[in-house]
Amino acid sequence: MTSFAWWLRDSAEMVGRNLIHIKRTPELLLDVTLSPIMFVLLFSLVFGGAIETGVEYTDYLMAGIFVQTIAFAGIYTSVLLANDLQKGMIDRFRSLPMSQSSVLTGRTLTDLMRALLAIAIMWIVGMLVGFRPTGGIVPSLGAIGIMLLFGFALSWLGVAAGALVRTPEALQGIIFAVVFPLTFVSSAFVPTSTMPDWLQWFADRQPMTLVTDAVRSLTLDGAGGPAAIPAILWSVGILVVVFPLGLWLYNRRTTQ
Amino acid sequence: MPRAMIEAAGLHKSFGDTHALRGLDLGAAEGTILCVLGPNGAGKTTAVRILTTLTRPDAGSASVAGIDVLRHPSAVRQQIGVAGQYASLDEVLTGRENLGMIGRLYRLAAGTVKQRTGDLLERFELTDAADRPLKTYSGGMRRRLDLAAALMVQPPVIFLDEPTTGLDPKGRLSMWDLIAELARGGTTVLMTTQYLEEADRLADDIAVIDHGRVIARGTALQLKQSVGGERLEVVIDDEARLDAARRVLETIGASPAHVNAATRSVSVAVASHDGVLTRAIRALDEAGAHVDDIGFRRPTLDEVFLSITGRPAEEEAAEVPA
Repeated sequence: MTSFAWWLRDSAEMVGRNLIHIKRTPELLLDVTLSPIMFVLLFSLVFGGAIETGVEYTDYLMAGIFVQTIAFAGIYTSVLLANDLQKGMIDRFRSLPMSQSSVLTGRTLTDLMRALLAIAIMWIVGMLVGFRPTGGIVPSLGAIGIMLLFGFALSWLGVAAGALVRTPEALQGIIFAVVFPLTFVSSAFVPTSTMPDWLQWFADRQPMTLVTDAVRSLTLDGAGGPAAIPAILWSVGILVVVFPLGLWLYNRRTTQ
Repeated sequence: MPRAMIEAAGLHKSFGDTHALRGLDLGAAEGTILCVLGPNGAGKTTAVRILTTLTRPDAGSASVAGIDVLRHPSAVRQQIGVAGQYASLDEVLTGRENLGMIGRLYRLAAGTVKQRTGDLLERFELTDAADRPLKTYSGGMRRRLDLAAALMVQPPVIFLDEPTTGLDPKGRLSMWDLIAELARGGTTVLMTTQYLEEADRLADDIAVIDHGRVIARGTALQLKQSVGGERLEVVIDDEARLDAARRVLETIGASPAHVNAATRSVSVAVASHDGVLTRAIRALDEAGAHVDDIGFRRPTLDEVFLSITGRPAEEEAAEVPA
């Protein structure tokens, strides 16, 4: 077999291992199942009546919930990787003649599957409370593609963070302190037009807003709108930086 | 002369201000067991991590099965099996799944993985527990599975990091049998331990390390002779008589006596058993020291250290890199 074929096989092995973990510890899926359901219900039923967006709030909200969940699921890769590092699992893998980067591709691919599951669940729950993706099937698939690309990029950001930060617990805190504000200072839950000018300037340009706007536009109007290209560029840009950075940090951490 | 399967020369490794290794040399010939003996923090784990490609040394060279560890780490990984505290198995997976995963990652064919997994589970008496997640295993079962994982490819060289730490006496004995059997089959074994008894029982060669350097090497016999062989240990009933007992034993033994006030015991190295007990009891009696307990025992790691370094083996936190 070529080394590429071995890399694929080892990555599949790693995905298989991660899936067994999910099967045996279903709690690992709470962040991509229960929490987004809660968010959909809370925002649409509690805040929905009070927020003026120009369209039905549930329709407006869904793109935001999608992207928030994807962002958290992606960055959560860091916690799962830090766990393996802490428990000596990575040292075991490093003593084996396997493709070493497959540990990371296996991890990020599994998290991509988690993201896809999250999208499916939210889509269904959203439709139950009034979400009507009138944009059509092909644009909706495009929206899912943009979300998965964003999630995959953040997953590699998670690899870099997981290799850099010592403990899973510390990572949880950092994620909460960084990702939460970013999702709120965006168009995820409210239009940015009511924010102070300086904040709106930032909110309109940060990736959460652009990905959310692109998804919203595709699912509701059937067209990418002005945000689609910048959204894709942001994800590709993040990936171009954090993919090699993640590999490098991981190698550095594990060869100490 | 059998060929050297493990060679390390002048290994240096520091973690910040902590010098884990300062010029460590090791060697093991094919089919032999090398025991690396030392207290916590002596550098044992760092040495094994370097030889198993997990850590790069700051200086020095190392080869395993004739392959340079620094230049060809992946080639080395095909020749070694690793078991120990730092390279763990997956808690969530079952014993069978763990071995299967490791076999596939060693790139064995599917049929071979299945057969080897079954054989190893049987050999290590884990067949009944094979389909339970690892977190339900006892310490002894876990160590056995660790060793099974290291043997997945029948590697010519295996590294065992403190394979019996935390095991009960029965578990320890069965682990010793398994390790001895491996060496008889031609496998080269490097194992670390904190127990002189373990090294004594298994090793063809012992390297005693302290502060990242080898401070003594040889067979168990050579090492024990350097410590003064077996020791006579006496427990007396009155602390006030300890000093008298010490003076008496020093006339009988072959080394300065070692006094432990807490246990009211005095020990001294002896060259042979002949007549020693009778003479000791009589002399102690004459000196007014009443004997609670008396007997021969092997020197402990502490005494090896005391004799080589002039100080007891101490615990230091220099061992574990992040």
